[in-house]
Amino acid sequence: MADRFSDGRLADVEEKILRAERLSFADGVHLFREANPLQLSSWANLVRRRLHPDDLVTYVIGRNINYTNVCWVQCKFCSFYRLPGAEGGYVLPREAVFRKIEELLVLGGTEILIQGGLNPALKADYFEDLFRAIKTRFPIHIHGLSPAELIYLAKISDLSERDCLLRLKAAGLDSIPGAGAEMLVDEVRDQIAPYKDSAAAWLSLMRTAHQLGIPSTVTMMYGSVETVEQRVEHLIKVRDLQDETGGFRAFIPWSFQPEGTHLPNVKRAGGLDYLRTVAVSRLMLDNLPNIQASWLTQGPKIGQIALQYGVNDMGSTVIEENVVTAKGAVFMLPLPEIERLIRDAGLRPARRNTRYEILSS
Amino acid sequence: MRAMRDQLHRAGLERIHEKLQEGRRLDFDDGMRLYETPDLTAVGYLANLVRESKSGPRTYYVRNLHVNYTNVCNKLCKFCSFYTPPNSTDGKGYVLSPEEAAARVSQDTGEPIREIHMVAGINPKLPYQYYLDLVRAVKAARPDAQIKAFTMIELAQITRVARRPLEEILPELKAAGLAACPGGGAEVFSDRVHEELFRAKLDNEGWFEVARAVHAAGLPSNATLLYGHIETQEEKVRHLLHIRELQAETGGFMCFVPLAFDPSQTELAHLPVTTGYANLREIAIARLLLDNFAHIKAFWIMITPPVAQMALWYGADDIDGTVNHYEITHALGTASHRQVLGTSALLDLITEAGREPVERDALYHPVEEPTATATGIASVSTIPVGHPGLTADG
Repeated sequence: MADRFSDGRLADVEEKILRAERLSFADGVHLFREANPLQLSSWANLVRRRLHPDDLVTYVIGRNINYTNVCWVQCKFCSFYRLPGAEGGYVLPREAVFRKIEELLVLGGTEILIQGGLNPALKADYFEDLFRAIKTRFPIHIHGLSPAELIYLAKISDLSERDCLLRLKAAGLDSIPGAGAEMLVDEVRDQIAPYKDSAAAWLSLMRTAHQLGIPSTVTMMYGSVETVEQRVEHLIKVRDLQDETGGFRAFIPWSFQPEGTHLPNVKRAGGLDYLRTVAVSRLMLDNLPNIQASWLTQGPKIGQIALQYGVNDMGSTVIEENVVTAKGAVFMLPLPEIERLIRDAGLRPARRNTRYEILSS
Repeated sequence: MRAMRDQLHRAGLERIHEKLQEGRRLDFDDGMRLYETPDLTAVGYLANLVRESKSGPRTYYVRNLHVNYTNVCNKLCKFCSFYTPPNSTDGKGYVLSPEEAAARVSQDTGEPIREIHMVAGINPKLPYQYYLDLVRAVKAARPDAQIKAFTMIELAQITRVARRPLEEILPELKAAGLAACPGGGAEVFSDRVHEELFRAKLDNEGWFEVARAVHAAGLPSNATLLYGHIETQEEKVRHLLHIRELQAETGGFMCFVPLAFDPSQTELAHLPVTTGYANLREIAIARLLLDNFAHIKAFWIMITPPVAQMALWYGADDIDGTVNHYEITHALGTASHRQVLGTSALLDLITEAGREPVERDALYHPVEEPTATATGIASVSTIPVGHPGLTADG
């Protein structure tokens, strides 16, 4: 039976992967365009096993706390926000935040993800007070405030980004979520999120944070209007900054959800495109230790299959996720189900903290 | 591909790889090995070798309609959420009259329908004449579509109420318009599982007998395996080998369809939903063991469209169809519980996977006439000819 994969088209790239050599921009594009799913799976698996030889697949028990839904940005894909002054806008009272953390601790949780809107009423001192209040009461990791929120916060607080981050860190901010990276290519950002910061501004905020000892994750929202080349450009920008700072802990690709956006005619990216993107990310990002699955958008079946395409982390067992819910796709998975899916894939589930230290396996 | 060779070695699949390359048939132990290895990619790689040697990049789909003519059933299978018992008084039981079934298939689907898939419960009140009238009425309403109807279980019931042997009634059903039979009702050929889950149903040997008669009458059929309940790996391998033997005998099977069990609202609701791994693995192992089957189907309703898309690289060369109506089970694990995939969505699944869509009829003949104008899809090519699909003569 002929083996049509031995035809040598991708042999050079495969050689590089086997020798653990860095892949080029052209290699990335070639992988996206030419490699078939089984090749991508085979190679991404090899790299995952090289980085995680114990076959552990990690998850963290965490909770999203959306501290406010007041936001002036009016992203067209968001049905979560309320304009300042509009009916239905809220800022969570402190007691409500504490209660959510208490509930999480009872469940063995270790991380809160604090995200909200760009609310002009909330300045740096609000977050300093909030973080201090949390940290004096609870042994919890504060993973919070995406770059968009931080850039805005520094601006309305008349602080440099550096000073703003320093104050928040001193108050208890432990790490930053990599949300809002979208595509780190301005031609794409201009089309999908024209009011968001530029790619350079996003990367610069992350650079500053990493230099101050605040690590982060990084995302990629693919499947909107970008080209394959632009996906690879995003991956290389992430890899370059990681070379510089080493501050990214995990990479999380997820697909653009066209429903309810101003780009409703964009076709929703399919399962294969997700797995391909995960695998190419694993292969390109040789300096990033963890690739995280996006159960929320892909569902348990594809989320599990992603374990054969380079994923080694299941992310947070989300208790609430208002923003994604508002957009449609949401999958909630109980912890035993996550562990069953990992074991069913022949791998070993392990609970971690936000620093990716194993708590129990 | 060097990495894959290492991977096959690590997974203990080298011997199976060699056998495939030498064109040798896999045996029971090989089947067990394929279930036991955790390396799904290596299993998929082997299955894809077979898939591509048989079908190349071609992926078959059909514009079809499903009709479930009754939900009344006296078999009380524990894995079924569809049936209503004959003596039930809850008002949920229904029987479509032949006219109602005809009206249902006459609905405007906006495109030509090639296959009508018609299966239902075992309703003891329906006389033989009903089945003949049903097929005739549906055929009259959709003369261009081929009717693929009646599982082996239903045919056993039809011959019982007709009080005549299958050899006599099958030609009559065929003359009425029956073109092929679906593969459902096989479940798992294991006396243990039969006793535990579907004891009232035709037994395993009975299923084989009906299938033999069907094929002998010049009606091709499919075959299935219902997995993801209480069955063991060993029982699944034996099931596949039984099917392979029967195919060697009759040559009448067109396609094998691994069916993922959906526990919701059944007596086995405590069981978990099948995983994506299991869905891909069952397709791959079926492709590897059933070397005398032309086609393996990924039924998207049961395993979700994204997994069905992936399955096109794990052994499947058929993705079923647009399924304009389906009641027996519903897809789990996706955000939507959609029962219909438009033709363009189905074509997207195939082409985005880097495969080549081929529209087929119920008998796996490529549909030759271009339908691009009807759907607005210009790029859908028809069909490399010479495909080894089975004909009605088996």
